[in-house]
Amino acid sequence: MSGGAPGGFGAEYVKGLVRENPVFVQALGLCPALAVTNSAINGLAMGVAALAVLTGSSLMVSALRRAIPAQVRISTYIVIIATFVTVADFTLQAIAPDVHRELGAFIALIVVNCIILGRAEAFASRHPVPLALADALGMGSGFTLALVLIGAVREVLGSGSIFGQPLFGAGFEPWVVMILPPGGFLVVGALLLLFARFAEARQRAAERLARGEGAP
Amino acid sequence: MTAGLLTIFVSALLVNNFTLSYFLGLCPFFGVSGRLQTAFRLGLANIFVLVITSVAAWALHRFVLVHAPYLTLIAYILVIASTVQFVEMVIKKTLPALFRALGIYLPLITTNCAILALALFQTSRGYDLLEGIVFALGAGAGLTLALVLMAGLREEAELSDVPALLRGTAMSFLVAGVLSLAFMGFAGLFGGG
Repeated sequence: MSGGAPGGFGAEYVKGLVRENPVFVQALGLCPALAVTNSAINGLAMGVAALAVLTGSSLMVSALRRAIPAQVRISTYIVIIATFVTVADFTLQAIAPDVHRELGAFIALIVVNCIILGRAEAFASRHPVPLALADALGMGSGFTLALVLIGAVREVLGSGSIFGQPLFGAGFEPWVVMILPPGGFLVVGALLLLFARFAEARQRAAERLARGEGAP
Repeated sequence: MTAGLLTIFVSALLVNNFTLSYFLGLCPFFGVSGRLQTAFRLGLANIFVLVITSVAAWALHRFVLVHAPYLTLIAYILVIASTVQFVEMVIKKTLPALFRALGIYLPLITTNCAILALALFQTSRGYDLLEGIVFALGAGAGLTLALVLMAGLREEAELSDVPALLRGTAMSFLVAGVLSLAFMGFAGLFGGG
């Protein structure tokens, strides 16, 4: 996927948003995507924290890529990532203690988020700093986008509000199960289905085009 | 005392099942739980690493990290990585057959978030050594239970007629949603545990 020839800064950024979206297309980083998305604002906070850690560690890994011996690279990446996660954890605790309490251990668990280690290993360790920056920002934004989307769907269905703003009148009966754990699995399952449907439709259109047929 | 330990065990096993209500360890849950026997063995390896991690994290927290709390995360992840490496070497040396059966799943335990989460939860809840071990056993048994249930369901699903679009991850998620719904039935057991 990202093993091919690198594109420009913009191309490396855009690919993470939809086409190689870490959650919906690559199915990485699923634990936080499900655990903290019971409201849109929690999804946003988690996404931004992961974006910051991903950017910091990708820059560091890319800058040090010639200095890190291949045998100990994974442990080195983990230590770099753990350092940035510690920084993010304390920063969030200082500026938004309420959100920090809601997300609980899941900020610390960014350390074992496979997106971050995956990007360090697959991209940042092989590309110069500017491209690694674009890749990290793109993947981080794609992750944030996915988390906000899942969070928004669950919040609208489960609490009848979005970003804390009530949407419906008093007659709305919240679908409580959607903000509970099962709702996370069901919403992500439905969204994955939707993404697969779009991918299939696009592929069929491309095949029709390749056969030289016009629009149906 | 015994009642407290039992509560911790059953709570980690059923009420707050790591996979189905905390969403921890989803990668092996969705990635490798296709075969019943592999799922069971992976669960056992996880229990083993969880218990060792629990003891190591307790010792670290008690004796070392009181002087440098900001190093918690880095210390824990290094302990987990070395534990997994150590377990891998021991199994390879003493039980080569089991080593071959586990294959790639053994090193992958390092990136299983359930392990790090266990160490962090245990620290934040202030469990002592014994409580930590019981917590690790309960959480590990819970992971194994979820893996085995899921593997069994997926073996069945392979034989049934499912729309092409639903095959694979999407259906696994919907199945997991129903499983999670069923586990919510345990919620009242200890007033939320």
